[in-house]
Amino acid sequence: MKQRVVVTGMGVVSSLGNDVQAFWNNLLAGKSGVSYIEAFDTADYPTKIAAEVKNFNPEEFGIDKKEARRMDRFVQFALAASLNAMKDSKLQIGENVEADRVGVSVGSGIGGLGTWEDQHTILMEKGPRRVSPFFIPMMIANMASGQISISTGAKGPNTTTVTACATGTHSIGDSYKIIQRGDADVMICGGAEATIRPIAVAGFCNMRAMSTRNEEPEKASRPFDVDRDGFVMGEGSGVLVLESLEHAQARGAHIYAEVIGYGMSGDAHHMTEPDPEGAARCMQRAIKDAGVEPQAIEYINAHGTSTPVGDKSETTAIKATFGDHAYKLAVSSTKSMTGHMLGAAGGVEAVILGLALENGILPPTINLDNQDPELDLDYVPNTARKAGIKVALSNSFGFGGHNATVIMRKYEA
Amino acid sequence: MSDVFDRVKRIVVERLGVEEAEVTNEANFKDDLGADSLDVVELVMELEDEFDLEISDEDAEKITTVGEVVNYIQSHA
Repeated sequence: MKQRVVVTGMGVVSSLGNDVQAFWNNLLAGKSGVSYIEAFDTADYPTKIAAEVKNFNPEEFGIDKKEARRMDRFVQFALAASLNAMKDSKLQIGENVEADRVGVSVGSGIGGLGTWEDQHTILMEKGPRRVSPFFIPMMIANMASGQISISTGAKGPNTTTVTACATGTHSIGDSYKIIQRGDADVMICGGAEATIRPIAVAGFCNMRAMSTRNEEPEKASRPFDVDRDGFVMGEGSGVLVLESLEHAQARGAHIYAEVIGYGMSGDAHHMTEPDPEGAARCMQRAIKDAGVEPQAIEYINAHGTSTPVGDKSETTAIKATFGDHAYKLAVSSTKSMTGHMLGAAGGVEAVILGLALENGILPPTINLDNQDPELDLDYVPNTARKAGIKVALSNSFGFGGHNATVIMRKYEA
Repeated sequence: MSDVFDRVKRIVVERLGVEEAEVTNEANFKDDLGADSLDVVELVMELEDEFDLEISDEDAEKITTVGEVVNYIQSHA
């Protein structure tokens, strides 16, 4: 028998706060987390803005100072969000859940790029004998899941998905399936990213993918607006604790929402250009998996990165999937506030989806001053909206043509 | 002697995150100071830089305590 799967814990590290409630309040207030990059000197870079996590101190999350020094920033983010999500769930491994029944899947789109950049500089300047013995274990993208299991004692399925900007949603969807088929009772899952680094900003700038609206950082991420000019890089982590309904009910856990559907697809099209047909098939598969009619979907947390091509492609895919219903459902891009957190995006957006269902409020798309005339859906412009929604969907699409969609339902026993 | 010991102690405290009082001549890197094999490799690199000398892998494997490091540096620097 398939297990029902629910969300019982949440954790975030973001430019808009490292506490889920504060993060949610900032989203509902329509605040932008974007500002000038402090991590490095941007004088030579066309883009000088990002949604940075400022003054991050791993010790505040209970991570030992010595241990933190052996972790890349993306692992520190992942572990901080996971520890908070576990605390929120009130699960204690060995007390109210068996270690072998708790799994981890917290991915990263890129991995320890900062560590890579630092150690490559050492290699060039000082030679191979000075490259840190911690370089490889700090840099590999699976080390977030590894460190989370080491820190929490989770001994169940332990894995990592790397699908660029679809990573977080794939990690959550795959974890939902792991619990559904009975391989674990609990999964700590989501994504983490920390790539506000010279090499990554230079690379994305040269793809002409990033906004250069440097004079107005908080207005730079403007999905679906006619003046959008690229994405704004964010960083951080978003983690859910997923649990079988049976296990959650047995211990009287607080349930935020139920995960009911997951879809995946590949574009088979281009390295970086999206194909709306692939995104549409992804949403259709998730809807089929959820066993609901397309008309049941009332809200979509869009991938909506604020690139000219991406937002148009997603809008086309939504219309192809929903037909006339596309004009009745609400769509918003919270990347207008959080920036694009790459592999972490699906993680934080799943947190947002769960909170939107629980609280009956849709976070807005900010900076939507002049909606692109070609994009004619309801994007919840600029102001949060009360809406007693029952079923909602979150999209993530990654370079390589990886598409992932997760569907959640308001929890009803 | 004291100068070398103090410089070694400073590096050990910083890298291994231990208290100064724990860093004695007799302290064993792995058993007393909680170092794993990767910590030891990193520590050797730092000591090579600090004292401008090269510690061969063979010699590094024999060093297990703070006092042995201090003696090694004094006889090779």
